[in-house]
Amino acid sequence: MKEINELNFPDDVRYAKSHEWARTEGDTIKIGISDYAQDQLGDIVFVELPEVGDTFGQSEEFGTVESVKAVSELYMPVAGEVMAVNNTLEDAPEKVNNAPYGDGWMLEIKADNPAEMDDLMDNNAYLQTLKG
Amino acid sequence: MRYLPHTPEDIATMLKEVKIDSLEGLFAHIPQDCRRKEALDIPAALTEWELNDHMDEMAHTMATAPEYRVFLGGGSYRHYVPAAASFLAARSEFVTAYTPYQPEVSQGTLQAIYEYQTLTAQLLGMEVANASQYDGASALAEAMLMAIRVSRKKTVAVSRAVHPMYRRVLATYFEPTEFNIIELPYLSDGTTDIGALRDMDDLGGVAVQSPNFFGCMENLEAIKSSLPDKKSLLVVCFSEPLAYGLYKSPGHSGADIACGEGQSLGIGPTFGGPGLGMFAAKMKYVRNMPGRLVGQTVDKEGNRGYVLTLSTREQHIRREKATSNICTNHSLCALAAVIFMASLGGTGFKELARLNYDKAEYFKGALQQAGFKLSFSQPTFNEFVVAFPDGFEKTYQELLHKKFIAGLPLVDFYPELKNHYLLCATETTARDDMDALVKEIVQ
Amino acid sequence: MKDTLGTTGLIFNESLLWEKGKKGRRGFSLPRRDVPEHAVAKKLEGPGPDFPDLSEVDVVRHYIRLSQWNFSVDSGMYPLGSCTMKYNPKTNEVQAARPGFAHAHPLLPQHLSQGALQLIYELEQYLTEITGMDATSLQPAAGAHGELTGMLLFYAYHKSKSAPRSKIIVPDTAHGTNPASAALCGYRSVPIKSNERGVLSPQAVEEIMDTDTAGIMVTNPNTLGLFEENIKAVADIVHAKGGLVYGDGANMNAVMGIVNMGDLGIDVLHLNLHKTFSSPHGGGGPGSGPVCVGKHLEPFLPVPRVIKQKNRYVLSEDFPESLGKIHAFYGNVGVMIRAYSYILSMGPENLKKASQLAVLNAAYIKERLKGTFHLPYDRPCMHECVFSDKLQEPYKVTTLDMVKRLMDYGFHPPTIYFPLVVPGAIMIEPTETESKEDIDLFIESMKTIAREAKENPELLHAAPCKTKRKRLDETLAARKPCLTG
Repeated sequence: MKEINELNFPDDVRYAKSHEWARTEGDTIKIGISDYAQDQLGDIVFVELPEVGDTFGQSEEFGTVESVKAVSELYMPVAGEVMAVNNTLEDAPEKVNNAPYGDGWMLEIKADNPAEMDDLMDNNAYLQTLKG
Repeated sequence: MRYLPHTPEDIATMLKEVKIDSLEGLFAHIPQDCRRKEALDIPAALTEWELNDHMDEMAHTMATAPEYRVFLGGGSYRHYVPAAASFLAARSEFVTAYTPYQPEVSQGTLQAIYEYQTLTAQLLGMEVANASQYDGASALAEAMLMAIRVSRKKTVAVSRAVHPMYRRVLATYFEPTEFNIIELPYLSDGTTDIGALRDMDDLGGVAVQSPNFFGCMENLEAIKSSLPDKKSLLVVCFSEPLAYGLYKSPGHSGADIACGEGQSLGIGPTFGGPGLGMFAAKMKYVRNMPGRLVGQTVDKEGNRGYVLTLSTREQHIRREKATSNICTNHSLCALAAVIFMASLGGTGFKELARLNYDKAEYFKGALQQAGFKLSFSQPTFNEFVVAFPDGFEKTYQELLHKKFIAGLPLVDFYPELKNHYLLCATETTARDDMDALVKEIVQ
Repeated sequence: MKDTLGTTGLIFNESLLWEKGKKGRRGFSLPRRDVPEHAVAKKLEGPGPDFPDLSEVDVVRHYIRLSQWNFSVDSGMYPLGSCTMKYNPKTNEVQAARPGFAHAHPLLPQHLSQGALQLIYELEQYLTEITGMDATSLQPAAGAHGELTGMLLFYAYHKSKSAPRSKIIVPDTAHGTNPASAALCGYRSVPIKSNERGVLSPQAVEEIMDTDTAGIMVTNPNTLGLFEENIKAVADIVHAKGGLVYGDGANMNAVMGIVNMGDLGIDVLHLNLHKTFSSPHGGGGPGSGPVCVGKHLEPFLPVPRVIKQKNRYVLSEDFPESLGKIHAFYGNVGVMIRAYSYILSMGPENLKKASQLAVLNAAYIKERLKGTFHLPYDRPCMHECVFSDKLQEPYKVTTLDMVKRLMDYGFHPPTIYFPLVVPGAIMIEPTETESKEDIDLFIESMKTIAREAKENPELLHAAPCKTKRKRLDETLAARKPCLTG
């Protein structure tokens, strides 16, 4: 595991307490897990994601991410309907480790209420929570 | 006592090291009211000589071949186990090892299980098999729970021609759940009546056994095409996997899950246990499968090796959300089975299956010639049901005195099948024995 | 330190089964055919499995070579905490292999299977006595299966009171099977933390126990190797609210003849015949997981039960409140025979002595390794002791590294990273069948490893180096599952 200052927390995404991130991209919002989360989990071996068309409330569980010896639940940072799922993770879950904010994204959703983005933290606030 | 290596001096030295003055003193921290006051009231220790006599005496009360001529099947079968197979399965490196948690020092068990998984998947015509479960009954129960997980429905249908005891275990597993079991009747030819399937909604899976409890092969393809919903799974159960050396395997007939008892494959009946719960499925369901899985990988130097894998399905990681509470498998039984399958080879497996079939067909013919009727017309493997005339019960008892066990009376399991008996013949059943039985019955 | 046990022996390479063999070979002798061939229904006929064809020699060499890659109790000390890897007596194997038992069909008429029924009946009596409970069922096929049976008993009991409950209390030190078994019966686990002494506190139980809670699952001695000293008070609290106490008997080897589980207020207890009662683990089974119960739960035990009528043993289904069947037949009789043989060989005094020596061995290891490794709970232990890798942290050496190195010294690693309440846990259970010399050698090896951690951590990161395979890539195995060849 890395030290916190070795991890990457870009400022173009917003963070949930449960370590997911969300980024507004035009009309939709992209969702993934933070560099901290992937580092804590270690080598990710499987990501279980919902289907396009499923809807979830804010903080509702939408999937799981597995390492060899652990399973973690994934929670929706903002409520909405799933528009796209990153199916490439099926064959290459390591993308979540290698590029958590890029190729390792998980969902693209249409938010019920885009204002929920304001409930999330910016990178500085998130970093503060990690440092405890 | 020969299993306890400590001499009085060892005990004294060790007690001194832990600063306690007696063996009793080791338990001084246990509250007095929790301590047992009286000695254990069990028989005094036997010498190995006395033990041998005692066990020998008990074992001799059991009716077994060759003293008895036993025509029993019904979920436990007598097959010949080659000397080499019993010898290998008794290797203490396999017998006295634990679950292979430390792969570097468990490659023997791990590779053997990987081979077992591979041969099992092949035999059942499925894509993936687990490292085994307790027995056929619990494998069926776990399969139906898995069908519910996969389909996200709440009802399963089970044929009445599935082994009655498997169905009882299934009912036990389902009792505390919100899920329902519907029983499907059987037809006059001995196969399952699937008429009711079409109107069922919320059906997560259908379980049939093939060969079924009556020995009859089910028409699996027809059942598969009658499933009312694409999401319902066809679960094919078995108690005699040797049949797939002759008949089409569950996988070749559309099964989504194949499970059952593998005792037939090189494991002694031992009064019903331990057996071998065989369990296989389509690869797309692998993450919903219960039980251990061994997978191939490489070590640090790039050499091929084996590990327990996909463990996140299991209880020690996922705890209450695990696919099952099962911790281990019946590893040693799986080992016996893979050694048995390897000894037979593909060619031998087919020959042995064919011989079992031919023996049973001969037996059928002999009984029919003597004037008895078969209860069901559907093709069978190595066991079948005969309808004897009224009063046969008395003959059956007389035959027991003559050391013939003339099959299993079905009336205890199927009240409507009074005078119907399930008879079995395997490669261990000599033609002379079958002829002798038929002769005795006719007398 | 004396010479270590570990060495590099003559280990053979061996390919997979199907990479050997040739069509036309055989390793099986079929009986002479005495019946004619009969036609087969074409519609049902299949191609049969495409197994490799091998000679008997091929098969024998293959599995002998594989066997040599295994560590086993018969090759050395196997101090796997919570697993009770004691010596598996060879006479047990002889008894179980007697043709009368091994070839007995389970559906024999009862008067022709008296020996097996007697054995089941008597073994149930012995286990009832050893645990201090009132009745036993041998039907469950493994510890987890016994746990499931225990939870089904809870369910049946509460249902009989017309008051089904929805929750169950599970301590944070519990085995993962506990919550998984409870979940199969629809119970939601409510976790409870052990106190600073590593045991349950009655106050904590009092706070969460209510009339919707079916009961509590307790392992005693617990997985820290400590006796749950408040067990009676805990049981009283649970009983007062109508709940039941489940005892996980995985650690019974510490208390035979020392403690009556029934007296502690335990209502259901499962045993592992393959731990406490010396039947071999078989590389993961078959085991046997009997459940022992108090009088009030006896009516719910699985059927059929063996009862004695005059001098005959009879299988009875006449228990209308029974939870039903949990195994197709009567359970793992082959394992029961071994446990029965063990109990009769040991007798009452030696069973108690076994528990005493198991505790002595663990206490001795704890005393001698204390200081070398961090001991999170420095209190009198039972049959196992739990250390951690805290003192090795500065050298960036973990529990995993150290136990992998232990293999090079000729020992099987202890249980690691369990219980979860101790980060980096090393859980050592020597059992009573290890001699002082072997234990001393184990202690010396552990101390040498601790020294290596300080002086040459790389050695530990690279360990093991003497085994057939080096550390295996578990990530690859899980990312790209290859489960059949």
